Parts: sequence; C-alpha cells; structure tokens
Amino acid sequence: MIVELGHFALILALGVAIVQSVVPMIGAHRRNAVWMASGNHAAIAQFLLVAVSFACLTHAYVTSDFSVVNVVENSHSAKPMLYKVSGVWGNHEGSMLLWVLILSVFGAAVAVFGRYLPPALKARALSIQALIGVGFYLFILLTSNPFARMIPPAPDGQDLNPLLQDPGLAFHPPFLYLGYVGFSMAFSFAIAALIEGRVDAAWARWVRPWTLAAWSCLTIGIALGSWWAYYELGWGGFWFWDPVENASFMPWLIGTALLHSCVVVEKRDTMKAWTVLLAIVAFSFSLLGTFLVRSGVLTSVHAFATDPTRGVFILAILLIVVGGSLALYAWRAPQLRSTGLFQPISREGALLLNNLLMGTAAAVVLLGTLYPLFIDALTDGQDKISVGAPFFNAVFIPLMTPMVVAMAIGPLLPWKRGDIARALKTLWLALFAALGAAMVAWMLYADRSPWGLVGAAVAAWLFVGVLTELAERIRLFRVPLADSLRRLFNLQRATWGMTMAHLGLAFAVAGITGAGAWKVESVQTMKQGDTVNVAGYEFRFDGAEQGRGPNYLLTRAKFTVSRDGDFVAVLEPEKRIYPVRQMPTTEAGIHTLLSGDLYAVIGDPKGDGFVTRIYFNPLVVWMWIGALVMLAGGLLSLSDRRYRVGAPSRSPRYAAAQPAE
Amino acid sequence: MKRKHKRLTFVAVALVLLGASTAMFLSAIEENITLFVSPTDVAEKKYAQDRGFRLGGLVEEGSVDRAGGKTITFSVTDLSNTVPVTYTGILPDLFREGQGVVAQGRFENGVFVADEVLAKHDENYMPPEVAEALKKSGQWQGQAK
Repeated sequence: MIVELGHFALILALGVAIVQSVVPMIGAHRRNAVWMASGNHAAIAQFLLVAVSFACLTHAYVTSDFSVVNVVENSHSAKPMLYKVSGVWGNHEGSMLLWVLILSVFGAAVAVFGRYLPPALKARALSIQALIGVGFYLFILLTSNPFARMIPPAPDGQDLNPLLQDPGLAFHPPFLYLGYVGFSMAFSFAIAALIEGRVDAAWARWVRPWTLAAWSCLTIGIALGSWWAYYELGWGGFWFWDPVENASFMPWLIGTALLHSCVVVEKRDTMKAWTVLLAIVAFSFSLLGTFLVRSGVLTSVHAFATDPTRGVFILAILLIVVGGSLALYAWRAPQLRSTGLFQPISREGALLLNNLLMGTAAAVVLLGTLYPLFIDALTDGQDKISVGAPFFNAVFIPLMTPMVVAMAIGPLLPWKRGDIARALKTLWLALFAALGAAMVAWMLYADRSPWGLVGAAVAAWLFVGVLTELAERIRLFRVPLADSLRRLFNLQRATWGMTMAHLGLAFAVAGITGAGAWKVESVQTMKQGDTVNVAGYEFRFDGAEQGRGPNYLLTRAKFTVSRDGDFVAVLEPEKRIYPVRQMPTTEAGIHTLLSGDLYAVIGDPKGDGFVTRIYFNPLVVWMWIGALVMLAGGLLSLSDRRYRVGAPSRSPRYAAAQPAE
Repeated sequence: MKRKHKRLTFVAVALVLLGASTAMFLSAIEENITLFVSPTDVAEKKYAQDRGFRLGGLVEEGSVDRAGGKTITFSVTDLSNTVPVTYTGILPDLFREGQGVVAQGRFENGVFVADEVLAKHDENYMPPEVAEALKKSGQWQGQAK
C-alpha cells in the first residue's frame, strides 16, 4: 500500500510540475501577480510529493519489502541498515528518484528563500525548473519505475552490488547529484534572464550562491568517489579518466568557470552573454553525464547492464534542453549589452583567462571521452578504440599548468587595469618556493619525470602566491601588526572563501603530483614472516586469518610496517566474498602519513603464502585535505551575507558607476 | 586601445588556445588511442604489430593458471579463436572464468602480455566490445546477462 502511495505521489508531482511549467510563465508574461505566485506553491507542493514518494521507497528498503522488484534486485535482509538506506539510490531507478528529489528541493528553496527576487524572474525560473522536472518525471514513470511490484514476492533479495556497500560510496551519489542538479538553478535563471533580455549585477549575485552550492557539492562528490576508488578498488590509483568520471568532471570544470565569470558580471557588468552561455553549458554537461552513465554507450568500469530505451529517452531530454536553450541564446543573447570597460591585463582579464582555460580543458575532456563513439560511427563499427589515461594526462596537465601559474597572479591584479610586472615582483617569494620545491622533489624521489617536478613547483608557487595575496590584502609588514590583524579579521567571507579554495587546489595539486609521479609499487608472493622493502619501509607479512562480517566472509591479512627498525603501523587488508552475489571485493589496508600512504592489498592464496601488492603513495592525503579545504572555502563564501540566497534587491551601485567609454 | 582592438586581443588569445589545444589533442590522440581487437582479429593478423592494443573476449573455462606465483596465465576466447595471455599482479575482483574481460598490453613471442586487466563494477555487465567480438565470431547468444 505504501509503495502504491509512493508511485501515486510521483504521478501527482508530475501533474504539479506540468502546471508549474506553464502558469507562472504566462503569469510573468502578462504581469499577473497571482499566476506568478502560483509557482511558489507549486514548487513546494512538488517537493512535498517527491519527498513522500522517496520516503515510501526508502520505507520499502528499510523494511525489506521483497514484493518490490527494485528492492529484490538491490537489497537483502542481512544487509546492514546503512546500506539498506543507501541501496535506495544505489541503483538506476532509485537514483533517478533521488535526482528529481534534489531537483524539487532546489525548486522549493527558490520559492522559500527567494523572497527578494523580482517576481517575474522568479516565476520564469521556477517554470523552467518545473519543465526540467517534467522530463525526468516522465522518464522515471515511463521507463524506470522504482515502485514496480513483483508477484509473487521473492523470499529474499539479491543484495546490493558489494562494491557499493561502503560508507564512502553511500554518500557519493547524493553529493554528486546535488552538484549536477544544482547547476539546474543557474540554468533556469539563465533561461529566465534570456527571456527577460536582462542580466545585471544583481542577477549575478542571485546566481552565484546556487552555483557555489552546486560546485561545493560536486567537489566533495567527486572527491568521495575518487577516495572510494582509491581504497576500495585496490589499484592504488584514484582517478582513471574513465568516461563516467569525466562525466562528473566536465560540469565541475565549467561550473568553476561559471563561478568566476559571475564575479565579473557582478563587479564589472561585462561578460554577460558569456556567463549565460556557461550556465547553459554547465547544466548541459550535467545532463550529458547522466546520459553517459545511464545509457551505457561508452565502455566504462561504471557501466551497468542497461536498457537502450532509457538512453534514448535521456538523449531526447538532452537534445531538447541543449537545442532549445542554445536557440534561445542565439536569439536573445545579442540583447545582453555589457557596459564595462575591459582591459586584458586586469582582474577581469585574469578571470576571463581562467574561463578560457577551464572551457578548453572541458572541451578536450569531452572530445577525448566521446572520441571512441565518433570513430565507431565513422568506421561503421569496424574500429573499436579506447582513449585512456595517457591521452588525458598528455593534454590535461599542460593545460592546467599555466592555469595554476596564473591563479597566483590573477588575484594580485586590480580591477579595470593592472600592472603585471608589479604583480610578478610581489611574487618573488613564491618563485623561490617553486624552485625550492622542485629541488626537494628532485632529491627525495627516485622518479625525476619532468611533470613531477613541474607539479611540485606549481603547487608551492600557488601556495605561497595565495598567502602573498592575503598578506598584501592585510598590508602585512607595511602597517603595524595590530592593524594588519584587524584587517585580517575584517576580511569579507567571500575573500576568505577564495583564499581557501585556491589553497585547497595547491594542496590537491601536491597530492595528485605525489600519487601520480612518485608512486612506488611492489608485487610479490609472500609467506608468513616474509618482509619486503618499499620506499624505505619494511613490510612484514604476519599471516592471514578467516572470519565473517554481517553479510560476507573475509580473509584478513596482517602486515607490520617498520622503518629503520622502528614500528610504524599495522595494515590489515581484507578480501571479502559476498555469498549472495558470489562476488569478491578488496579492502586495501592503508596507513596515512602526511608524507604518503602505506598501502597493502592481498590477492589470491599461493601455496602457503599470498600474492600481495604493496604501494607507497606519496602525499596522497593532501589531495583529500585539498578537497576539504576547497569545500570549506565554498561554504565560507556561501555564508557571506552579501551572497546569501535571497540577497538584497537589485542594487544600482555598480550599474550606475560605469564611466562612458 | 580601442574597444575593437581589445576584442581582437581576446579573440587572438582564444584562437591561440584553441590552436594549441587542438595540436596537443591531435598529437596525444595519435599516440594514445588503443585499438580494440578480438581473438579472431588476432588469428587473422588484423592488428598493428608494433603497438599495444586491447584484447577482449571471454576468459576461457579452465584456462587460468596461477602456478607462476604473481604471474598468471589465462586464455581469452571469442569461442572461435583463443589467445594466450600473461599478467603479472593481482587480478581485479570480478575476473572469473567464463566472464567477459578486457586486457590491455602487447604481443611478445606469440603471447599477449597484459599490463592492465580491466574490472567491471557489475558482474552482469558485458563490455560492448566483447559482445561485439562474440557477435563477429558468430557465437553470440542473445542479450548478455
């Protein structure tokens, strides 16, 4: 009964969304306040209905209702409660329900918090938001119904894919979706602005918090997924340039560009059409990502057995959204006149450079990801190729290096007109730090590949560069220290946000460089008592024991790690077998040091020993620290009073202050 | 600078970026694409001898031999032809006899030496290339499951 209620609520939500996509739009056109306001109520109603629907499915999972096909296929009565709940979105149907739930959360948030938005803009944005919703409700109801019943009910479930039974992965999809779907807000506002033919500083200030929230969630979602891949898949790597990973990375790149271009629109009243285009592209990439994951057109480690009709349906949504919005853009964008001056050497020039590099990077990733499809189509299926990590590394790293170098310089340039020589002079310390870091890397690590040295140098350059910029801001050593401290505490939160996000990237670059360039790997067969030396650490194999977990059997090995005779850590990697699916998984044994991770995996038994794989992954932890610092920066910036959701009314401050050219 | 000139500057910067990235893209893609090859293609010598490629098919039943310790040998088959493979390291969790597999590597003395064996997250999943290889060899039986 509860299951049918969930299904029914979802159908009602579709109905509400259809009304919401039409009535407020017409209301905004006719300046009818009541029709416009209907969007608010509809958005909240939609959210409540989808929430009920989602709660019903969750109830079916929690109570292990094996009369529901979806529960049977993805759950099991012996599964721990956390994974019963995460199983709701650990499958295609449930994850699409989560998708629309988040979409409706954002819609309701605009309705509730957008009090100060101009009613027409708000009504139009809500209509667009509902229109996206209609597409996805139809998709779920027609092709992927999570509430389908199984008659007669199954005695027990088939269990969730054991790889997904992991705390890191339990929360990876929700954050990723918050990011993907979060860009729908920027999209809806962009379309609404195109319809109105008006983009100004205030518009940018409304779009910015939504973009920032989406970007923060996407950052943490990607980091969680990559962390999971690192410790669960036991390959010692964290990023494989797999199509599905790329699918989440492209919106992140464009979202980052969008964040920066919003600043230019707000402060300088220029780059408007470009910003609107970025908002459209960011969400299009989100949809493309959904399509790539759900259709299985590309070979990917994430690919699940898929149903072609679903791919076609999402492709149709994608084409309508992209085609429709770009057509609207082509028609209306010329009306978005910029008033600001624009000098190449200036803060806005640097932000534009960021946009160009981010956009290029996203384009390259897109081409590399879709290239196998093109070749397949062009050669009529004769040539099957794959484009892997070497390609992406060869293109992406050279593109990002100038980006990181410029990141230290950009914030030192003032708005309107900057002096690049002066900015570079202030960065002398960063230059020394970069050279020093490269030298340290040269001495410390056996592998002296040029990109490792470059990575170390740019990470140090950015780190010191960001701190230099902060020191400039508070006029450190140029005014009395007390004065500097007062300035430090009075800095705006958005400034702190930028500083932290950039610092976070410096950490992440260090971590990526360490794990990418200087990893030490050793594969061998080990008997109890054998030791192996990896990167100066002695790993002693102390044998393995059998055991059982809540819903799996395990073999747990024990390694004692020491350095120069001093005890460092005990590693306990596991090999698990989930009997329901007869599927093994690997749990790496990891001990994290600031200098790097000690990482051990056991493979198959071999005589009276085991095949073991041991890594030393330098600096990996800085990658996760970097992601957290970036997230903290995003949240801090989000808490800035000026950018809070539902910010103040359209301020003429910047618009009026433009000198005529 | 006049407005027009400024705009030209940006267009120039964008064009340089575009040109540079296109050049990088083309050179990198030339060096780094890997062709997908089925055991039948191998038997008919339809692959580049001088470079690595991806070999896909099913792990032949009973072919997995772990006697060499960390070096494992097995055979990849499309049910018409079979290719011997060696791999040093730990195989992915979902590597199983009778299941689809994709191995990346190169031919050395008649044996395919894999430096990477690809895992899938879902045991029911059949890589499209493997399905294609089976179809080509006429051994395909309905939907992969």
